[in-house]
Amino acid sequence: MTEWWTYRLQDFLMFAPRTYYRLFELANSELWPAHLPTFGIGVAVLVLSLAAARQPRCAPPACVLLALLWGWVAWAFLWQRYASINWAARGFAVGFALEGVLLLVYAATGVTHRAAGPAGVRRVALGLWLLALVLHPAVAPLLGRPWLQAEWFGIAPDPTALATLGWLLQVSPAVRSPAARLLAALTWGVPLLWCAISGATLLAMRSPAAVLLPAAAVVALWAAWRSRIKAPSSPTAPRRSPV
Amino acid sequence: MASSRPCIDAQRRVFLRRLSAVGPLVFGPDGLRAQAALAADAATKKIPSTGEALPVVGLGSWITFNVGNDRAARDGCAEVMRAFFEAGGRMIDSSPMYGSSQGVIGEGLARIGRAGAVFAADKVWISSGARGPAQIEESRRLWNVARFDLLQVHNLLSWEQHLPTLLQMKAAGRVRYVGITTSEGRRQREIEAVMRSQPIDFVQITYNVVDREVEARILPLAHERGIAVIANRPFQEGALLRALLRHALPAWAAEIGCDGWAQFVLKFIVSHPAVTCAIPATSRVAHVRQNLGAARGVMPDAALRERMARHVAAL
Repeated sequence: MTEWWTYRLQDFLMFAPRTYYRLFELANSELWPAHLPTFGIGVAVLVLSLAAARQPRCAPPACVLLALLWGWVAWAFLWQRYASINWAARGFAVGFALEGVLLLVYAATGVTHRAAGPAGVRRVALGLWLLALVLHPAVAPLLGRPWLQAEWFGIAPDPTALATLGWLLQVSPAVRSPAARLLAALTWGVPLLWCAISGATLLAMRSPAAVLLPAAAVVALWAAWRSRIKAPSSPTAPRRSPV
Repeated sequence: MASSRPCIDAQRRVFLRRLSAVGPLVFGPDGLRAQAALAADAATKKIPSTGEALPVVGLGSWITFNVGNDRAARDGCAEVMRAFFEAGGRMIDSSPMYGSSQGVIGEGLARIGRAGAVFAADKVWISSGARGPAQIEESRRLWNVARFDLLQVHNLLSWEQHLPTLLQMKAAGRVRYVGITTSEGRRQREIEAVMRSQPIDFVQITYNVVDREVEARILPLAHERGIAVIANRPFQEGALLRALLRHALPAWAAEIGCDGWAQFVLKFIVSHPAVTCAIPATSRVAHVRQNLGAARGVMPDAALRERMARHVAAL
């Protein structure tokens, strides 16, 4: 792209805000009642992640469930719907599918509950879950749009990415190897990147909600950093979770 | 008030505009005749390379027609096109870059039975010159037209490779006109070089009452070389109108038949001697009628155009 410095963020927006929000309205209408099992899976992942503190075997199944939802969102929303108005969305769908694969590999190679860290980190994780499952769907009506345009966890990409950031704060690789750390870093990469893309899209549409995902990503990264430097060294060697 | 075109009586203009909306329902065949009269009333300019007359207000499709699979929105776009043709419009412009717009246009044209009436303007937008013909054919399939009237190299992307292809297509009768596009003042020198060296029929640039850089070199060059000019982004994607709507339309705007800022801006654009047409995009029937209204009545002369520009700059 020549003279790239002359382009503004708005120049890359190829659809009207009403068209974007209608995507969620149509997806909600056409995919209902898929919202019930996806919400149920979200609750199950949260419960399993909390239970993993006492029972590490709970972490891998949660990881698999989350992976399935990333694949579902990639296909049902990004590929089937968003790609009809944004030719970049097929690339986003591939990214979401990749995250699903990464999560499956994460589950297969060993994921466990993150060692006890500052209480603030746990609160951030739960806050991200609360935001994803309950608060984020309310953004549409709070900004004057109908409930039908609400973005639900497991249906829309934004709350799915938010919940995944919360989940990633709750877990860590069961095996402390460079490869495991790389895998964990990659699983952070896709939702963080999506927070930036979604934030930029909403900013180009001048939505007040534009700040939400980037802010959540920054808070999640801060919490991850806090957890890393403040977590007490584990008295026992981390165990590999059975898959 | 100076003018460059005979004035149409204001009352008649208002009457015809209202008639265009209710004619078929209220007047039956008479209403349709009135609509035909309204369409014939739209100002045209000649394409320099052939002398073919083209209505001075066309229809863009960037953002507004990219509605995906939304059935209600697709229906709305078809109604916009119907109103556009009823008001005398002909040129619709799109691009492979515009998401679902091409398919929405094709579906709408088929539904309202205007595939044969449209002046179909599209673009080639791909880095690979070898893949240009396949993209053009896919675009034609989406439009569902026998051939394009105008094919342009979008934003000069790989123009060295695409222009020979387009010129060959023109020689073979598979497209009627060839052009290049840019927007918002980008790559002006390259545009100039292509205009000087290539036998193009059209150049598409950004031009409106505040974006006037092209007045210095591009528009005079187009006039000199006999190249038709399409003005894109006449409302700066709505930003210009949103800014202007905070101010009252000057009283003297009524003397050239402007019933709002949109017509004010469009009349400024299409009254430039080198500009052939403007292509405002909209998703609303009322707006497309208002836009086509700018193709009627008095057009400002050079002195009035300067007054219009000064007025907007002072706001």
